[in-house]
Amino acid sequence: MSEVQDYPSRLSDPSSRKFETFSYLPEMDNDATRKQVEYIVSKGWNPAIEHTEPENSFGHYWYMWKLPMFGETDVDRILNEAELCHKANPGHHVRLIGYDNYKQSQGANMVVYRAPL
Amino acid sequence: MIIIKAAYAIEDVPGDDEAFFAFIAYPIDLFEEGSVVNVFASLVGNVFGFKAIRALRLEDVRFPIAYVMTCNGPPQGIQVERDIMNKYGRPLLGCTIKPKLGLSAKNYGRAVYECLRGGLDFTKDDENVNSQPFMRWRNRFDFVMEAINKAEAETGERKGHYLNVTAPTPEEMYRRAEYAKEIGSPIIMHDYITGGFCANTGLAQWCANNGMLLHIHRAMHAVIDRNPSHGIHFRVLAKVLRLSGGDHLHTGTVVGKLEGDREATLGWIDLLRDSFIKEDRSRGIFFDQDWGSMPGVFAVASGGIHVWHMPALLAIFGDDAIFQFGGGTLGHPWGNAAGAAANRVALEACVEARNNGRELEKESKDILMNAAKSSPELKTAMETWKEIKFEFDTVDKLDVIHN
Repeated sequence: MSEVQDYPSRLSDPSSRKFETFSYLPEMDNDATRKQVEYIVSKGWNPAIEHTEPENSFGHYWYMWKLPMFGETDVDRILNEAELCHKANPGHHVRLIGYDNYKQSQGANMVVYRAPL
Repeated sequence: MIIIKAAYAIEDVPGDDEAFFAFIAYPIDLFEEGSVVNVFASLVGNVFGFKAIRALRLEDVRFPIAYVMTCNGPPQGIQVERDIMNKYGRPLLGCTIKPKLGLSAKNYGRAVYECLRGGLDFTKDDENVNSQPFMRWRNRFDFVMEAINKAEAETGERKGHYLNVTAPTPEEMYRRAEYAKEIGSPIIMHDYITGGFCANTGLAQWCANNGMLLHIHRAMHAVIDRNPSHGIHFRVLAKVLRLSGGDHLHTGTVVGKLEGDREATLGWIDLLRDSFIKEDRSRGIFFDQDWGSMPGVFAVASGGIHVWHMPALLAIFGDDAIFQFGGGTLGHPWGNAAGAAANRVALEACVEARNNGRELEKESKDILMNAAKSSPELKTAMETWKEIKFEFDTVDKLDVIHN
């Protein structure tokens, strides 16, 4: 029998919790996050920042950070708001959303700051 | 006097010396509102058996918006499903549970649990799985639901399994659907051609009224749509499903083990998902089709696909699709959870690369190799499926090139 590696996910281990798109990749660095913000802006979507305690991340509604940035296209301003949210809520997951107002849906949704365990 | 129907144009079929395209107009009053059953009774009725006609194929139908508005359409549609399942900015991932026949309900639930905890969004009943002696439907539903609940608690993500409610009678179908809802399943499944359009339209209405998602399988379609000169083209079967109702429909993969020309597939994917589709003969689309505000249907790519296909699948299908890797998940040498994780990592790496403006099909190897650095599951999957290819020519080609 060939060598088999165990799959380490556990109900008892909070680090097994995922948070949807990109949560199976390593945490994004600033450069990678900037590219995703540029993608959202290039699509014409409205950026928004949300955050939550990790134990409440399953719910649909996270706390809004201020309001969605309707029509904002300045990548640095969007990144700055994400950072401000992270600094004000250091124990929270912080996610970046791109609202697609034609489809009435979210075109992008990803956690950009992961809560420390 | 009532004009029943009139052929208003005849054209040569490019590349075919024996066939012609006939364009036929029907008055709308000939059809009962909201009934694809009634539409098909006329369009593909006894004319297909006329002695004077050697072969006949329904290539496309333009449904006027007035008729579209009388049909219920998809129970939830793409946007609502994304909201219910909390999946954004990427295609969804699924897997058909195998072996398709013979597992006990409890062992089947185990396979489901492993796939979901590994990172898939959905698992699926095989179309052959209804309620056989080895696994009755109610036992399957109970064990699968426990698998979903634990996988959700463990991963913190929303999960589902397409519980197949296809049944011998409509009454039995509804009984199974009611039970799936009662135990909290977000989604059920129906085989719309073997089950029939009447059953499907009714079930889709039931789903709309009960907040349930509806996955549609297409067993028997190839009997009807594969012969290039006789039968019904799949783009028509796809349009009819959107009218009858379903939130997902299998469309072929282009790259996997099943039949499907790339341009033609892109055509019927658009017909399933978009609001307005322009006539485009290069994709086999004969008419403009206006769906108004009728919701779209997720395109499901399933059949002989594995992790190496991921970049091409994302390039072909975009976000509003579900990629279902059966053998490509369950065949992982470390088990279903590792197979699921490998596919999830590969998908997310491809989505990130696409968002970053990289060319998926050209740079596919580099994108996957890079992602595998942080995922031993993906690295092993890439070694496992390195040599598997399906290089057969398509039988049903588009009639666009002259001899």
